[in-house]
Amino acid sequence: MSKSKSEYLINRNDNQYEVVIGLEVHAQVTSESKLFSTSATKFGAEPNTQVSLVDAAFPGMLPVINEYCVKQAIKTGIGLKAKINKRSVFDRKNYFYADLPQGYQISQFKDPIVGEGKVILDMPDGQKEVGIERLHLEQDAGKSIHDLDPKNTFVDLNRSGVALMEIVSKPDLRSPDEVNAYIKKLRSIMRYLGTCDGNMQEGSLRADVNVSVRKKGSKEFGTRCEIKNVNSIKFMQMAIEYEANRQVDLIEDGQTIDQETRLFDTKKNETRSMRSKEDAHDYRYFPDPDLLPLEVSDDFIENLKSEIPELPDEKKKRFIEKFKLSPYEANILVSDIETSNYFENVIKKSDVKLATNWIIGELFAALNEKNLEITESPISPGNLSKLINLIKDGTISGKIAKTVFEQMMEGDKDPQKIVEEKGLKQESDPKALEALIDKVIDDNRDKATEYKSGKVKLFGFFVGQVMKVSGGKANPQLVNEILKKKL
Amino acid sequence: MSDITKQSLSELVENIKGKKLSSREVTKAFVERSEKSKELNAYITEDYVNALNKAKTFDEKPNLDLKLPGIPMAVKDLFCTKDLRTTAGSKILNNFVPTYESTVTQNIWNEGAILMGKLNCDEFAMGSSNETSFFGNVQNPIDKNLVPGGSSGGSSSAVAAQLTPITIGTDTGGSIRQPASFTGTVGLKPTYGSCSRYGIVAFASSLDQAGPMAQNVKDCALLQEVISTYDEKDSTSIDFKRNEYSKELTKDIKGKKIGIPKEYRVDGMPKEIEDLWKKGIEYAKDCGAEIIDISLPHTNYALPTYYIVAPAEASSNLARYDGVKYGFRAEGENLIDMYEKTRSEGFGAEVQRRIMIGTYVLSSGYYDAYYLKAQKVRKLIKKDFDDAYKKVDAILTPSTPSSAFKIGEKTNDPVSMYLNDIFTVPVNLAGLPGISIPAGHDAKGYPLGLQIIGKAFDEQNILNIAYAMEEKINFKNNITDWWIE
Repeated sequence: MSKSKSEYLINRNDNQYEVVIGLEVHAQVTSESKLFSTSATKFGAEPNTQVSLVDAAFPGMLPVINEYCVKQAIKTGIGLKAKINKRSVFDRKNYFYADLPQGYQISQFKDPIVGEGKVILDMPDGQKEVGIERLHLEQDAGKSIHDLDPKNTFVDLNRSGVALMEIVSKPDLRSPDEVNAYIKKLRSIMRYLGTCDGNMQEGSLRADVNVSVRKKGSKEFGTRCEIKNVNSIKFMQMAIEYEANRQVDLIEDGQTIDQETRLFDTKKNETRSMRSKEDAHDYRYFPDPDLLPLEVSDDFIENLKSEIPELPDEKKKRFIEKFKLSPYEANILVSDIETSNYFENVIKKSDVKLATNWIIGELFAALNEKNLEITESPISPGNLSKLINLIKDGTISGKIAKTVFEQMMEGDKDPQKIVEEKGLKQESDPKALEALIDKVIDDNRDKATEYKSGKVKLFGFFVGQVMKVSGGKANPQLVNEILKKKL
Repeated sequence: MSDITKQSLSELVENIKGKKLSSREVTKAFVERSEKSKELNAYITEDYVNALNKAKTFDEKPNLDLKLPGIPMAVKDLFCTKDLRTTAGSKILNNFVPTYESTVTQNIWNEGAILMGKLNCDEFAMGSSNETSFFGNVQNPIDKNLVPGGSSGGSSSAVAAQLTPITIGTDTGGSIRQPASFTGTVGLKPTYGSCSRYGIVAFASSLDQAGPMAQNVKDCALLQEVISTYDEKDSTSIDFKRNEYSKELTKDIKGKKIGIPKEYRVDGMPKEIEDLWKKGIEYAKDCGAEIIDISLPHTNYALPTYYIVAPAEASSNLARYDGVKYGFRAEGENLIDMYEKTRSEGFGAEVQRRIMIGTYVLSSGYYDAYYLKAQKVRKLIKKDFDDAYKKVDAILTPSTPSSAFKIGEKTNDPVSMYLNDIFTVPVNLAGLPGISIPAGHDAKGYPLGLQIIGKAFDEQNILNIAYAMEEKINFKNNITDWWIE
């Protein structure tokens, strides 16, 4: 893959270090009910209102796999161009904690449901492929709340048993920027598939980050540290920067790096040791005897393949080939499914080039300013395409269009009506324009003389004057043509 | 009718259906006898008042089409019963009242039976003598201070002493068949996946199986017919065609091939057991069966395999008893301290021993040598049976290597206690059905049992063989009511 000026290296005393990063992303499966029970999974419900006897691990309760979650995991695997394992096994990961009612988490250890796959990143200096090691299904734990009481801890089991996909990347990432691109791409793919909503604020997407460093050119990996449970891209990037520099400092200081689990303190912007390898939990994984191995048929997988929508990479390719978009434009428009849907709705009835520019330019800026998602846009795709058509057929100028657009942002008004009500229609009658131009030349005789004697720069001045006199409504193209003739 | 409690289940059903007896009369008789039998300590929780009320309600509008119309029944305290305390014989669940019903017991109530109470058992079904129960030893009605076997010791004692016309137990390594053998009763461990595990306090999930315990084979077949259903709530439940075992029961076993595994002639086996087995072979021949010598070469490894697999699963299954959500909680300085105190005080010694064994064999560095190896051996043991069943229809062995022993006799020698399960454990490891029927007495007059092992899902066949042999053996339990107050 291309290595160029955007390469992320840490320099210390004439040594250059490369950072090696692998991510274990925990993505909550979009599903009405939990992985092994029928309890609801709605976010923000009152504590302990979405808990079944299975979730709370009552005696004699047994897990029953939720087929929908299995389908979601397989779909995600297909989206990651990964191998789907027709036979996978649920294992118990044993440890004690108050918010883990069973005393074990049901996960997949040796035989995950999805094997190796890949994700393509679009970096400024070209594409980069990141390997996926595996994807497996597992249960989420409940939540311990320590700050409600000075002495007691409260436990909310609403999350207990919610289905998660753990997506493990290969150690292919080399910079915080690549991590950013990777998470966004993964999120995008899963949102296209409808398998994870990717909502990081609600904890639907979080990651354990494995970081190591090595001297540039070295083939061997350094000792890695795992930073647990980071829940925003910004924090991931900050944690990686801190951690990589910490490791480089240790090496430069002649010390060795201990393989350990660390926590990222978002307030102090540093990582702290949580437990060393020696203190690592012995999870005593073994196949869950309450569950049979999960077996899926070829037909089952093929049926799911037929449900897979066009994914960002394919959509990008189509946008470039069919609509002649630049890779840059296509990337932006396919980055999430709502944007690409919006775009495709706008261009149903209007010019692609103009639509692209207006969406990427004006619309994004305006939404950004108002802190709105594309799905919350005050301007519907239909009205945006009307506006574009008014520009295209010369009814209004681009400049006037911006005024109209601003008004549309205040509420989804029909641009046609705005133009009519405010009398913003462009003046394209040559005779009327000639009269205007004649008057402007007349009023500025001296400048006209200067222009004729060679001061061509003054042309712009005349255009400006004509536009001013017309209240911005004069058709700029016609003004140019007539002015040239008259001057 | 004077001796209601002496009647078999089948007789009681017939009499209630024929309106010769009411449910209330029957229930009252068993309640009264249970109340006079406290010395046996067969019950952990009595529910007599409710039982009598339910019987009254049943009689008001009796549905005589049901299979167990108004029949009172006490069940092992490992089955969760809605609104009635369920302890699993443990202090840690001393105060636990489920809000739900196990599938197996629900099936029983659906056929008209009435719950009388919960029967004693070894703590979390871990034991072979009922001596590990938090609620104390159970007496074998055969003789004072004799263990009733375990872990379904309360169940075997209650059926043998006729405190309940029939009952259910659970069998992980012999916990139905060994106590049946010790008390002169019939116990069936069905094929793994035949009876739902939903709502049964788990010991070792891949081995646990509920089954009927009765005074005779016919009653056993009837109850098996009621409790065995496919259940979507248990992922290991198997959807196969279940027979109407009691209706299809026949003594005609002519030409059935019965295998005699040479590996079950273990070193130091008492001559009484050897003689019993020989007698059993003769009975089978008398019934028209053909006897064939077979080999189950990995039999020797079954017990060590079992004592890796079962504790491993148990160590994980019992992690949920942590004092956080329900059951016993000891106060602690912090979470870890609370865990340690709760589990140290809440679990008895045998349960703690098995949790430690299980934790050890699953630990990293030991997993391959113990748990993984045990799983491999388990496959070989299953293959032994598969191979044998190419030649025979069923296998005949003794149920236990000895008759019942005295309370306290083996409590300080866990290995000798574990050896009790030597003939029953391979059946659980292979997931097969096995039935123990009483077949004779030892010199002390204590009952001895024979085990018939079947092919998977072939309960009907072993019930038929047991039914035919039962007639030939004509076993009579010698119970003197010594404990009656």
